[in-house]
Amino acid sequence: MSEIPIVRNILEANDKIAAELNTFFTEKKILCLNLMSSPGSGKTSLLEKTLADLKGEFKMAVIEGDLQTDNDARRVAATGAQAVQINTEGGCHLNSSQVKEALSHIDTEGLDILFVENVGNLVCPAEFNVGEHHKVTLLTVTEGDDKPEKYPLMFHISSVMILNKIDLLPYVDFDLENAKKHARKLNKDISIFPLSCRSREGLEDWYQWLRETRATKA
Amino acid sequence: MHEMSIAQSIHTIVLEELEKHPDATLKKVLVNNGALAGIVSEALTFGWEAITMDTPLQGSILVVNEIPIIVSCGSCQKEFTPNDRLYMPCPDCGLEIGHKVLQGKELQIEGIEIE
Ligand SMILES: [Zn+2]
Repeated sequence: MSEIPIVRNILEANDKIAAELNTFFTEKKILCLNLMSSPGSGKTSLLEKTLADLKGEFKMAVIEGDLQTDNDARRVAATGAQAVQINTEGGCHLNSSQVKEALSHIDTEGLDILFVENVGNLVCPAEFNVGEHHKVTLLTVTEGDDKPEKYPLMFHISSVMILNKIDLLPYVDFDLENAKKHARKLNKDISIFPLSCRSREGLEDWYQWLRETRATKA
Repeated sequence: MHEMSIAQSIHTIVLEELEKHPDATLKKVLVNNGALAGIVSEALTFGWEAITMDTPLQGSILVVNEIPIIVSCGSCQKEFTPNDRLYMPCPDCGLEIGHKVLQGKELQIEGIEIE
């Protein structure tokens, strides 16, 4: 019996392609954001609003990860933005080679912002870089405010936490301050935006973060 | 079950390493799994069994070494293992946030054993 030390990062193949993509985005001055959440947290609604409201300011595109359907891609495409669908056929996250393939269907000339809408689930996508500059996690007030505690990695590595559907706060048992506190314990620098796509409350703060973050890439 | 795709990545790496030892039989794969990596060890070993079934690697064992979290205090630099993944007060100065994670995010193959 002989022991052979290897010490290799299990995700190295994924990380290598992710690093190539990241370099590409940076050189092309494209801000790439990886949007992650539980199912039904409203990633697509947030994208619809963002794409529609900022289309005069930025050229934007979306890579949609979906388990089976292309419903989300259609909703996004209705705003006029380029949308490419990746069907993960049951896979629980997007990986970098899927994003690389999808990117070949997108006109990146003059593109300002690329959103990658990841598959709805709070654990797996956190481990797979897809070349993004920032990870953005969505949480809704209909979920527990202890979510950051249950999925620590997600909040460790995210630059932004969006607390969606705050128009429902009067009807649910969700402590906004608690959720913020939990997230900041895991990541003190995380930017937190409570907002509602329906009432539009808080949307402008998110847009301002997009503008400022995009400006650092230009 | 994302452990399955992790097991698949391990499989790819192990096959690459085994090319250097064409006559060897794989006995064990040693994997480090950090407490913050979000991987369930049992699901990973199950995934390994499933992937290697009816292949030359069948019968090899995936040994998962679970690595606890160690942080260094953001204020006094005291290194400690928190009792809780969320509430992590420094035992020396009481600071709750802003610690640096020194250990616990690992997800790596440490080595293989062959015969
Ligand atoms: Zn301290």
